[in-house]
Amino acid sequence: MTFLLAQEHVAQAGDGGFWADTAGVMLVLPLLAFLVILAFGKRMKYQGGEIAVGALAINLVWASVLFVMNMTGGVLDQTTFEIGRIGSGLVFELGWVVDGLSIMMYFLINLVGLLVFIYALGYMHGDRRVDWFFAAFSLFAGAMLVLVGAPNLIQLIVGWEGVGLASYFLIGFYWEDLEIVKAGNKAFMTNKVADVGLILGTILVGVSIGTFDLAELGRAAAEHDQTLGAVAVTAGFLLFFGAMGKSAQFPLHIWLPDAMAGPTPVSALMHAATMVTAGVYLMARTFPLFEYLGADTRNIMVAIGAITLFAIGLLALVADDIKKVLAYSTVSQLGYMMTAVAAGGYTAGLFHLFTHAFFKALLFLGAGSVIHAVHSNNMSDMGGLRKDMPTTYWTFVAGSLALSGIAPLAGFWSKDEILATLGQEGYTTVMWVAIAGAFVTAFYMARCVALTFHGSYKGHGHPHESPPIMTRPLVALAIGSILFGLFNIPGVSWPGIGNFTDWLAVREVVMGDHHAESMDFALAGIGLAAAVLGLALGWRVFGPDKGTQQMRDRFAVPLVYPLLRRKYFIDDLALGVVGATTGPVARFVDWTNTYVIDGVINGVGGLVKMLGNFVYNGVDQLGVDGIFNGLSAMTDGAGGAVRKWQTGRVQQYAAAFVAGAIILVVLFVFVI
Amino acid sequence: MTIADWISEPVNWVFSAIGLAVLFSGFRVVTSKNVVHAALYLVGALAGIAALFLVLSAEFVAWSLVLVYIGAVIVLFLFGIMITRAPTGLDVGLDSEHKAVPAVLAVLVFALMSWASIDAFGSASITSTGTPTSTELIGESLLGRFVIPFEVVSFVLLGALIGGITLARRDLTPLEEEERASV
Amino acid sequence: MILSQFLVLAAALFAFGVYGLLVRRNLVLILLSVELMLAAVNVNLVAFESYLVTSQAIGQVFAIFVITVAAAEVGIGLAIVLMIFRNRRSANVDDLSLMRW
Repeated sequence: MTFLLAQEHVAQAGDGGFWADTAGVMLVLPLLAFLVILAFGKRMKYQGGEIAVGALAINLVWASVLFVMNMTGGVLDQTTFEIGRIGSGLVFELGWVVDGLSIMMYFLINLVGLLVFIYALGYMHGDRRVDWFFAAFSLFAGAMLVLVGAPNLIQLIVGWEGVGLASYFLIGFYWEDLEIVKAGNKAFMTNKVADVGLILGTILVGVSIGTFDLAELGRAAAEHDQTLGAVAVTAGFLLFFGAMGKSAQFPLHIWLPDAMAGPTPVSALMHAATMVTAGVYLMARTFPLFEYLGADTRNIMVAIGAITLFAIGLLALVADDIKKVLAYSTVSQLGYMMTAVAAGGYTAGLFHLFTHAFFKALLFLGAGSVIHAVHSNNMSDMGGLRKDMPTTYWTFVAGSLALSGIAPLAGFWSKDEILATLGQEGYTTVMWVAIAGAFVTAFYMARCVALTFHGSYKGHGHPHESPPIMTRPLVALAIGSILFGLFNIPGVSWPGIGNFTDWLAVREVVMGDHHAESMDFALAGIGLAAAVLGLALGWRVFGPDKGTQQMRDRFAVPLVYPLLRRKYFIDDLALGVVGATTGPVARFVDWTNTYVIDGVINGVGGLVKMLGNFVYNGVDQLGVDGIFNGLSAMTDGAGGAVRKWQTGRVQQYAAAFVAGAIILVVLFVFVI
Repeated sequence: MTIADWISEPVNWVFSAIGLAVLFSGFRVVTSKNVVHAALYLVGALAGIAALFLVLSAEFVAWSLVLVYIGAVIVLFLFGIMITRAPTGLDVGLDSEHKAVPAVLAVLVFALMSWASIDAFGSASITSTGTPTSTELIGESLLGRFVIPFEVVSFVLLGALIGGITLARRDLTPLEEEERASV
Repeated sequence: MILSQFLVLAAALFAFGVYGLLVRRNLVLILLSVELMLAAVNVNLVAFESYLVTSQAIGQVFAIFVITVAAAEVGIGLAIVLMIFRNRRSANVDDLSLMRW
């Protein structure tokens, strides 16, 4: 395996012209759609779904053009707008990046998003608050695009929080049910805990190199910048911690299974294909930091990824809810991605992210189709559905095979690449764990397919195939799941368009990318064997009910089974910890609010009232009125006294004249 | 001039006699209980004053006083008394009860004026010439230096005349008014 | 003759007139007292004329005027008294006390 430098590709990359310069449209349109749907959705025929679909369709135009341009020659561009600045140092900018990684993400989000949106038009038809559904979904799409197009960590955090918010809205969509509300809270709070790490990591990075720009970070890391080196380990781990929350790594994975409370399209797009991959994306974007600095952190990251991969995968074996099976599967696959990226397999991890998006979305939508038909999430209410729902059945099978890693479907290629990278980087133990994980994956998917589609129908309704608006996206995704893997066969570069590695390699900073140059058939064979074994065994145990009950009973291994059932008690632990720490705090705050704050305010109010009374009674009534009353009484008295002189009697007036005259004369003669 | 000198002049005897008569009459004017008596006492007082004018050789003024005052004014008074049906006999309620203050005031007035006079003029003497002031002189003065006051006073008289008539006219009864209007 | 004797006489008459003005109840008697006062003034004027002997007999001319005006005043005054008597059937000054508070 040789080391391919990205430099060659960077040299050729064009700047994308008009399409790259206006790529910001993709970020803005869904957000606009959010507002428009909120305003007008209720009146529209599909409750705003048309707008949501339309926005993503327009976005897909840009994404497709950029994708093709990148395939054929590479695109590298960045547009930013300064919105603020601290002193002369830290600058805050918003804008969009157009390079290999972001173009891939744009394409993925818009394509899978569009298919899921179309599916949702049918799935959500007649449900409650459909306009709010599409509004929040559009908000999510916009925030996700903002996230992946972020030129700096600040905008990335904006997008990060945006998808978290949309996730909260959509998980708790049926908020009339308290359990569902709790699930939304759990998701949000778990993510919040992780976000602390993200924000602290961002601050560390920003302060140390003086900018939040990701390209700058890459350069600083590549040049082994000293200030960055000092904080690299801490910052790196903090960023990884943030990624753990969003990408549901052990032990912050607890929210993802509960997030299945949201409508199935939400699970398909957000919690399988895109939102949860944001953590992996973050790792990929800040890859130089880990690559050139902080190699110690990577070991921890790999370990966590490995644990996630295997332990959570096991939980899928015992779940009855079909969505829960797929949720645990998602977490497990995220573990694969994280492990790969942490080990240095930038391309491997991202390739798996892409293929996984296709087939996991497909599986979720298929599950949704089934749930829609059977009106129940539980596989114990299903069975024998392949006769009634053929399209769903075949697409679901395609997805399952892809997930299990059966050649030549997409999952095989991506999983193989991961195994190769792990082996090459020396993480041999982890590689074997990953192979075991492949076995487990195949096993639980076989179980899932068997219980759902084979055997006899154990439910009570009359299941029927879903309408075309729902089945066509399934077919499209199935095609993707089958074919996309061919874009990254190791050593194969398709003429004119290169391969996935090349497309991804178009980026600002030169990175050492560890990916396979040629096919290691031995490793591929082992992986394939594990998968096939898993499928076979699963089929044996859970296949059409013909006398394998014995094996099923034996499967319920005593100690292990309850442990798995209770999800390793981690949820209980988390709940306990949260309850123990925040409960008293919350109670204290409440007490403070009621007695202290309200007390102060009430006291002030009472004081003011007293003051007012005093002013009114004492000052106004007694004082001011007293003065005026006194004055008028005085005037009255004086007037009354003087009045008596006006008797009307002429002689008395005359007497007064005379007296006055005498006085004046005396005055003038004697005094003056 | 001493009192002895003063008494030795016969003019002063005449003056004293007339003066006393005037004072007595004047006093009776204001204290008489009979209205008509009071008017008649005023006549007496005015006659005495006319005599004093003669002593001062102011003949014209003296006789015009007699003519106007006694001849016309008193008559007018008597008419007024008659018309207002003042009781011609004794009338007890003629004076107000409170006489103290007016008395004091009157005394004060007298005291003040006499003191002022004596203080200012002391023993200034009047030399009676024996020749009465010529009416010609008065006439000339009246129509010479004092012609404007003269005219003004005639206006006053005119006004008084007309005013008096108007004021004292009997209001016409509605019948008489109608008669007047139709004519 | 000294001037002062006439002046004192006049002052006395005037004082009588003041007393009468303030004490008498009958309107006619009040007018009578006023006449007395005016007569006293005349005495004063003529006495001064005799003392000063002006070339135009100013004092006496003024006395003429006073007499004239007094006569006019009496005429009007009695006319008013007549009207009052007609309206109120009484010539008592105490009854004419409407101009009060």
